[in-house]
Amino acid sequence: MKLEIKNAACGYGKKNVLKDISVFVNSGEILCLLGPNGVGKTTLFKTILGFLSLQHGLITLGGTDLSTMPARQFARKLGYVPQAHTPPFPFKVLDVVVMGRTAHMGAFATPSKNDIEIALSSLERLEIGFLKDRAYTEISGGERQMVLIARALTQTPDFLVMDEPTSSLDYGNQIRVLRQVCRLAKDGLGIIMTSHFPDHAFLCTSRVALIKRDGNLVCGNAHDVITEENLKETYGINVKVTEIEGPNGEAIQTCVPLMN
Amino acid sequence: MPPVEEFEIEKKSALIGLKSPLSRIKIPIVPVLGVLLIAAFLFSFTIGRYSIPLPQLLQIIWGKTFGLAKSWPVTVETVLFNVRMPRILCAVMVGAALAGSGASYQGIFKNPMVSPDILGASAGAGFGASLAILLSFNIIGIELMSFCFGIGAVLLTYILSSIVGRHSNAVLLLVLTGMVVTSLFNAFTSIVKYVADPNNKLPEITFWLMGGLSSITPREVWMILFPFIIGVVPLVLLRWKLNVLSFGEEEAKALGLNTRRVRYVIIIASTLLTSSAVAIAGMVGWVGLIIPHLARLVAGPNYKRLLPASLLIGATFLLLVDDVARTLFTMEIPLGILTAIIGAPFFLYLLLKGRHGWE
Repeated sequence: MKLEIKNAACGYGKKNVLKDISVFVNSGEILCLLGPNGVGKTTLFKTILGFLSLQHGLITLGGTDLSTMPARQFARKLGYVPQAHTPPFPFKVLDVVVMGRTAHMGAFATPSKNDIEIALSSLERLEIGFLKDRAYTEISGGERQMVLIARALTQTPDFLVMDEPTSSLDYGNQIRVLRQVCRLAKDGLGIIMTSHFPDHAFLCTSRVALIKRDGNLVCGNAHDVITEENLKETYGINVKVTEIEGPNGEAIQTCVPLMN
Repeated sequence: MPPVEEFEIEKKSALIGLKSPLSRIKIPIVPVLGVLLIAAFLFSFTIGRYSIPLPQLLQIIWGKTFGLAKSWPVTVETVLFNVRMPRILCAVMVGAALAGSGASYQGIFKNPMVSPDILGASAGAGFGASLAILLSFNIIGIELMSFCFGIGAVLLTYILSSIVGRHSNAVLLLVLTGMVVTSLFNAFTSIVKYVADPNNKLPEITFWLMGGLSSITPREVWMILFPFIIGVVPLVLLRWKLNVLSFGEEEAKALGLNTRRVRYVIIIASTLLTSSAVAIAGMVGWVGLIIPHLARLVAGPNYKRLLPASLLIGATFLLLVDDVARTLFTMEIPLGILTAIIGAPFFLYLLLKGRHGWE
């Protein structure tokens, strides 16, 4: 299956933020969206998720126009992982994950045994089953991000849209979250995520959509897109893209920002 | 930020948690609260200036249900069915209505500090009643005016927020315009009080605004019964969706919820409950704010249990407070004063205890 954005223009109301964006993700693939602050990554995300309406162009999922899809059906195809935040009430982790079943439940229903089973298996799939009875407000930021991924998995979607899944996480938790993201892609999910670290695209061997400061989009494999020139044009700093040897002799690409 | 080994530590503590016997015991909170309400209900029949002992009460109820011959004085029956019963039923419904709508508003506005009068319902209803008293309407007129102005104030809040907001942050704007409308109607009420005759009208208005159930007759039971049912049923049916809504508009939408429709149904149902409660009981503050907190302490934040728990605790609480109001002194104490005297310290206690259930 393919999630495709064709010649999209998006923005708030009449104000245009991004123009002529064309990009796609296949099932089993990770698309890493990179770009400087304020260039419109969030706007693009909100447009894909239907919070903002398209000003121009088309977004299709498996050939169907997303804007014509009712909310319930949409949520069964496409799961959203927002940035981890604290809700006003201390729900149990399991209760939060079960909310992923909303699109599969009747209008007046409360979660069934089956819904709870699916939520538990999502937690297990991410190896965080031990969190199920904890208060969502009292677990760490990394755990909260994992719980939100589990909630999106509980929707049993074909695609995941992740808004900076590694932001505000410590070094170790960033990698732990990325590891799970890669695993999910291997299992066949299509994933779009934003990041502020070009390295993350290398780590996940993903495809990259780089939005430069002028709003132009470069799309392709990480190796082709994450170049020293492109990073300079995107972030306005000098970056060295280099290759090191991993513990098993494999080549690992990495970016090193330069101070001058 | 958490240390790197956090995941490991959590695993261990989770294992210890599993072994503790407390986590195994599950108290069926909602049924227990139901039993408490029934106990408070029966108890309330027995007390009052004309006290009726419990055995006699049960005997009368038994006799009435099975059509047995009367073996009790007629005065007792009159007191029970024409005076005490309507008042008790109204206290139950008013308490449940205020607490249930408070809990729902808190979920919808993602804010545990929200109370049912946030959109102007109470202020509007208070003005309607004051105006009706000024114009010498009878009791039905007062209640109808209060009801209409309560709903009207909320409608005004909506219209204003949609004119101001168009597409932006709908929830915040609703709360802000609700504050504007509330203070507007409070000003209107002050004008009414200012021009009211200080010898008879002004005390009457003031007393009505303090809240109370002393003038309840069987007619009021019917007046609140229908709006109560119409308001409470959708809230109970949609209660689980309140969990999802409390994560915010966008997340709820992405989870597949028709946020617009669900939110409107819940707001209309809650407003109906608030207005009908204010229409027959006047301004009874604090119930809609503190009871959901209390319910959250005993039943947890999940609306599946929280909403029924709020309804039951609210009903029990107002019933018992009204018992105090009518029996403590020979003269009735206005209900609103009592709920404030109990509510304010409880709220302070929540603040001191800190961050439990919110923040």
